[in-house]
Amino acid sequence: MAHSRPHEVYVIGTGQVPVREHWERSLRDLAVWALHSAVADSGIEAPEALYVGNMLGALLSDQQHLGTLVASWAGYRGIEAATVEAACCSGGSALRQGYLAVRSGAHRAVAVVGVEKMTDSVNGAATAGLAMAADAEAEGAVGLSFPAINALLMRRYMHEFEPRREDFAAFSVNSHANAVGNPNAMFRKAISERAYLEAPMIADPVNLMDSAPMADGAAAVILADAETAEQLGRRGVRITGSAVATDSLALQDRRELLCLDAVAASTARALDMAGKTPADVSFFELHDAFTIMAVLSLEAAGFAPKGEGYRLATEGAVTREGRIPICTMGGLKARGHPVGATGVYQAVEAVLQLTGRAGDCQVAGAKVGLIQNIGGSGATVVTHVLEAD
Amino acid sequence: MALQLPREWRRRAERYRLFGGRCLGCGRISPSLRPICPACQDDRMEEVELSGRGEVYSFAVMYKAPEGFEQDIPYVVALVKLEEGPVITAQITDVAVDDVRVGMPVESVLRQWRQHGPDGHIVYGYKFRPAQRP
Repeated sequence: MAHSRPHEVYVIGTGQVPVREHWERSLRDLAVWALHSAVADSGIEAPEALYVGNMLGALLSDQQHLGTLVASWAGYRGIEAATVEAACCSGGSALRQGYLAVRSGAHRAVAVVGVEKMTDSVNGAATAGLAMAADAEAEGAVGLSFPAINALLMRRYMHEFEPRREDFAAFSVNSHANAVGNPNAMFRKAISERAYLEAPMIADPVNLMDSAPMADGAAAVILADAETAEQLGRRGVRITGSAVATDSLALQDRRELLCLDAVAASTARALDMAGKTPADVSFFELHDAFTIMAVLSLEAAGFAPKGEGYRLATEGAVTREGRIPICTMGGLKARGHPVGATGVYQAVEAVLQLTGRAGDCQVAGAKVGLIQNIGGSGATVVTHVLEAD
Repeated sequence: MALQLPREWRRRAERYRLFGGRCLGCGRISPSLRPICPACQDDRMEEVELSGRGEVYSFAVMYKAPEGFEQDIPYVVALVKLEEGPVITAQITDVAVDDVRVGMPVESVLRQWRQHGPDGHIVYGYKFRPAQRP
């Protein structure tokens, strides 16, 4: 076949399960629930292919081979399917695979599901599982947890730039305030700066309120080419930028500890592809698994100079009314962080914002959404730009 | 993490002594034995033994531990910048957790890392303590 122009990629349907502790639902139930919601929303009968993002199914639910399992349980017998794993950005990486499948013309309409079932583990296995996002030989073997990795970043940042604890608190306060209006968020409850300051330490200086909670969840999107979107009357939101960049898993192998190079590269490529600059971005769904990741992401993505990202929250720039709204529906901190599902939740939320359906969470006049899903502490970074068509 | 004897056995040398890899192309020393220089992608790497002297670049005090390290809480993990250049990830020992500081001079020592159960295999390896050697 001759080379043809790449296809435009539209998001024609979304589905999400409320982020909760879903004691009565299994991994596969959650995935099928979100997938069927998205398929019904899109108007297609069935996707041609399914990409499932998941990190911990093997460890916590004794289940791999999720792509085919979910396709089968959802009733889409015979379709192409695969599982995508990239630690905490498994969902974003599945979205990237779905995007490439439509972009290339290999498929006209595909489904992307992110799913995680964390509450099946009751003995600390989930904590051990999350540590697998880091380098097992350099970091895991000597007793580092995943919060510890972020604590090493935060301590050095505090040493070099001397932010106050209150500056980090402002990020958690903002995420919780935004989640109040999101019916699918895990914590629909505002928190005070004092609650942050009094929270117990997990890996000092990272405390409980710096950290996104473990949760169960699933989210799904249906992606389609322009012709299919047109036929279904669903040309609402287009993915105009998509990029992935990587860095070392281990912090000890980074070029410069406090520069997230993969965030910088991935953001620059995605924005460049869309013909946009940071100034054009209406909102930024960043990966606030820990408050320090929000700070470092804002700096590397170009929204603040190095060493000044922490000021954006105390100055109010990151609120829904601010210069660069982040975590508009609660972010990882308050919507919840079902790890392998998070990147797809970000996509669903961006579509709601861009189509004016974000309800109490709506960012007025949102036209350009930037979403970013991070695996490890900046090791895999998946960035997408979504625009109202 | 369950005990995986072949893996513990394979890595024993680099746990008991600190090794790095020096790139014969650019001269940079990397913190672990690896086949390719991460800075210039040269594959001519030679093994160098590291002095074990350095300073704390960053650290965290652990109050929630991964499986197998619970009995050590609170303990300190750190990035140690060695005098030869590379940064290495390790526990800080022989010091009260409140006394650890960024910039503190440290030196490597051999310590127990963890024991797999009361009658289980004991894994030893490097940690760092406040500098005492001249």
